[in-house]
Amino acid sequence: MSKRDKFRVVGKPRARIDGLSKTTGQTRFADDITLPRMLHCKLLRSHVPHAEILDLDVSRAEAMAGVHLILTGEDFPVTYGILPVSQDERALCKNKVRFVGDPVAAVIAVDEDTAERAARSIDVRYRPLTTVSDPVKALSQDAARLHDYGEEGNIHRRLAYSFGDVDESLADSAHVFEDVFFYQGNTHLALEQHAAVAAADPEGRVTLWSSTQCPHYVHRALSKALELPTTQIRVIACPNGGGFGGKTDVFNHEIVVTKAALRCGRPVKICLTREEVFYCHRGRHPVLMKIRTGVSADGKLTGMHLQTLLDGGAYGSYGVASTFYTGALQPVTYHLPRYRFDACRVFTNKPPCGPKRGHGTPQPRFGQEIQLDKIAEKLNKDPAELRLDIVEQPDTLTANYLKIGTIGLAECIKRVVARSKWQDKHRKLPFGRGVGIACGAYLSGAGHAIYWNKMPHSGVQLKLDRSGSVTVFCGSTDIGQGSNDVLAVIVAEVLGICPDNVRTVTGDTALTPVDLGSYSSRVTLMTGNAAIQAAERARDLLAKAVAEQLEVPGETLLFADGCVFDPADPDSGVSFEQAVVAAESRFGTLGTVGSYAPPRPEARFKGGGVGPSPAYSYSAAVVDVEVDPETGMIIVNRVYIAHDIGRALNPVSVEGQVVGGVYMGLGEALMEEQVFRRMPPKLSDALVHRCPSMLDYKSLSSLDMPEVIVELVENPDPNGPFGAKEVGQGPLLPIMPAVANAVYDAVGVRIDEVPITPEKILKGLDQKARGGEGRVGPADFPDIQWPEPYFVPPPWEGGDGQSTNDPEQKRAATMHKMDRTTAS
Amino acid sequence: MNDAAGSVLQEAPEQPLLFMLNGEQQRVWVSARNTLTEVLRERLGLTGTKHGCELGECGACTVLLDGNPVLSCLLLAVECEGRSVETVEGMMQGAKLHPLQSAFAELGGTQCGYCTSGVLLTAKALLERQPAATRGQIREALSGNLCRCTGYQQIFESVEEVIRHMQGKPAEPGSAS
Ligand code: FES
Ligand code: FES
Repeated sequence: MSKRDKFRVVGKPRARIDGLSKTTGQTRFADDITLPRMLHCKLLRSHVPHAEILDLDVSRAEAMAGVHLILTGEDFPVTYGILPVSQDERALCKNKVRFVGDPVAAVIAVDEDTAERAARSIDVRYRPLTTVSDPVKALSQDAARLHDYGEEGNIHRRLAYSFGDVDESLADSAHVFEDVFFYQGNTHLALEQHAAVAAADPEGRVTLWSSTQCPHYVHRALSKALELPTTQIRVIACPNGGGFGGKTDVFNHEIVVTKAALRCGRPVKICLTREEVFYCHRGRHPVLMKIRTGVSADGKLTGMHLQTLLDGGAYGSYGVASTFYTGALQPVTYHLPRYRFDACRVFTNKPPCGPKRGHGTPQPRFGQEIQLDKIAEKLNKDPAELRLDIVEQPDTLTANYLKIGTIGLAECIKRVVARSKWQDKHRKLPFGRGVGIACGAYLSGAGHAIYWNKMPHSGVQLKLDRSGSVTVFCGSTDIGQGSNDVLAVIVAEVLGICPDNVRTVTGDTALTPVDLGSYSSRVTLMTGNAAIQAAERARDLLAKAVAEQLEVPGETLLFADGCVFDPADPDSGVSFEQAVVAAESRFGTLGTVGSYAPPRPEARFKGGGVGPSPAYSYSAAVVDVEVDPETGMIIVNRVYIAHDIGRALNPVSVEGQVVGGVYMGLGEALMEEQVFRRMPPKLSDALVHRCPSMLDYKSLSSLDMPEVIVELVENPDPNGPFGAKEVGQGPLLPIMPAVANAVYDAVGVRIDEVPITPEKILKGLDQKARGGEGRVGPADFPDIQWPEPYFVPPPWEGGDGQSTNDPEQKRAATMHKMDRTTAS
Repeated sequence: MNDAAGSVLQEAPEQPLLFMLNGEQQRVWVSARNTLTEVLRERLGLTGTKHGCELGECGACTVLLDGNPVLSCLLLAVECEGRSVETVEGMMQGAKLHPLQSAFAELGGTQCGYCTSGVLLTAKALLERQPAATRGQIREALSGNLCRCTGYQQIFESVEEVIRHMQGKPAEPGSAS
């Protein structure tokens, strides 16, 4: 029997440690919590998109029997926001509302019905302001600014980066491709509606149970917004009934019920209605983009200039990060010698956008992968081969200073090509049937926390005692992705025990060490590494004690199958429980810790903090479709997807994430859209959500979901726990462009935007029949006044990761000079 | 007089409801406008039944009424008088799991678990009607149960595993049990 590289738990398909609690209905989600004397909260939300609040009269509501408390904007003087740079939200609006759904008041009452009735009898008088709905117009709509911070007009943030001189590269290229794409916004639609319960204790401390993906950030925001010391607040993240990014922000209702519980001295609960969940949103940004790419005669990329315009909705949320992410990851898939990236986010009177699975990267990925299909066609190359020829190399620093370790992209492409019999199908199927290929890449965790600090991103504590039981404490939150199981698998592997003997306590700011949260696909890699460290420290203690007892050197001991033994003499070993007893006798009460912080990024320029990750995952997909040219109906026959996971810790969970990502990607490709319409002026002229219900917001049902063939590429990454990389987000990325490319292969029309609907296909076919190009998509990209870009020479042009022209510093210097001139 | 007229103290009078719940007689006081979801979750503490919309759109609240899947968010509790209701809490026989419950855990039929109770009960009713259901029939039966996590594939595989098991066939190679 060989050594420690032989895994006993890692890589084995197993039921998750919390699987049965889910199939027996015992998992306690936030809305399942009921506390004695609990009151209920309802929010009154604005029905106008943009207005000043002139008057808010709560007297009728206050007088209603059963009403305990009414809160308004006056009760929340302090603003908050998930990012330090956009502290623009208030738990309840004070002077202004910014979208239909913005909350203005909260009623706390004996039951939901009473709270609802009371909320409806609050009288609010609004003075309407110009509604900003179109992101292009928003660029210059100075008169109707949503916020008094940000840049000119309703521009929230503009970015410009130039990694080498792209214009020069493009001028020298054999071909230059220029395309404009549009990616419609869509929302997470997690099945669980957000819920939260708060309870105060007599010492004035308060506990919030919430369906949040990020208890640590909620903890910090509550402290700020309520002006309470963090030591007075405890946040417990309940298991989430799906998240997908939709529960990563801090929400109004969380702050409201926490305040209410403190004021009422009784527990207070809120559960949002489905309609309200649509207003919470923080979903996919609608993005208009232009991509100019230089290509050499033999199909190599020479440079790319990407421009993006994001419709951010009414608040900052994660928006600045999303804006960076629309450009950050383009260079990590294919070799890009030079890269320029300009991005702009605007405010509009719609629910705020934020992170959804893939956070900011699916939109440009969609554009780039369709453009590659066009390039391949023009150069008369096979699109799979074109990609294989340009795949980035392992252990490279990209043009924008992202450090790639392992890259299994070529292998992914080869696997889906083989499995789908691509060579027999592409450009060879009869009219109406087609295949398309596309790729993607994603982070295994962001290299930086959202606020600057030098502390670990993830911490784990391990408790072992003489019973032989092991408990892992970690701040991570299980949102359905299986993060509790990841902790159990890893600890069990290191200690040689069965995962079912490991208990997990997670997502509780009072009991568990900080983990930043379930976002950016960081949990497996970061909590996993922290768990390995804690478990190895525990193993060392046990080994030392057992070695003394058995009189053998500690390093020779093997931990496996619930025993600790010398492989040379397996019969002389002790049980794991006896090993713990020996260690507890020798060292006293046992406990170890582990922590993880990502490696320091190579980028030194301002803004270089978004994009670095300890490891990148890769995926490739081939989608096989049928398109009815009469009706435009698209049927997806099959999806072949290969994902470079590094190592699958639990293949059942990994496959579930892959297929779940494909499913969500197909929804985005074909039907999901968060769209708005104006009410007739006679009514209110308001900008309202077109479909705030699960019936109208279309998503794939069990009848629509095609078969998915999954290939896992396992090439362990040195930065991942046992080599593991992410899988929660990456597999979604190639799906939308692969569908678009397959539709083109089937019927010869280019749909350069999502969702790809039958109407658009018919429009394209009709256009083609009249001699047009058969393309449906945006015509052009607006003229945006970009700031002077940060110029950063790529590593191969002598760059060191710093900007050679820091425009920010220059601007500051000019300002300073101007100040002095004015002063004198 | 203000809106207080409609306040909690003047709620419609409650009435007793007697029905079979998970094989046992259950008596509970309900108001005529309470849905079955509300009564199960809030009055009886059976929170295994979930809700994702309370408008009949998602299937998370599915329970069995006289053996047939129904949306408990659209069903008034009073309509259950004298009838038999089964929730996820009633799927286990004593300490023994229903085969669907173990298959879903083993094979990834559940991720976040929020749709799971509804899916399990729908599948249970299906297997009672069609013990040899095909994938097409499984898809059809589950078309009212939205799942945002799994992409349905592992749900189908979990149900099929139970069907194979019931027919005494060996597990599919590569499946996780
Ligand atoms: S809760 Fe969605 S259908 Fe009943
Ligand atoms: S498992 Fe999450 S919704 Fe189905």
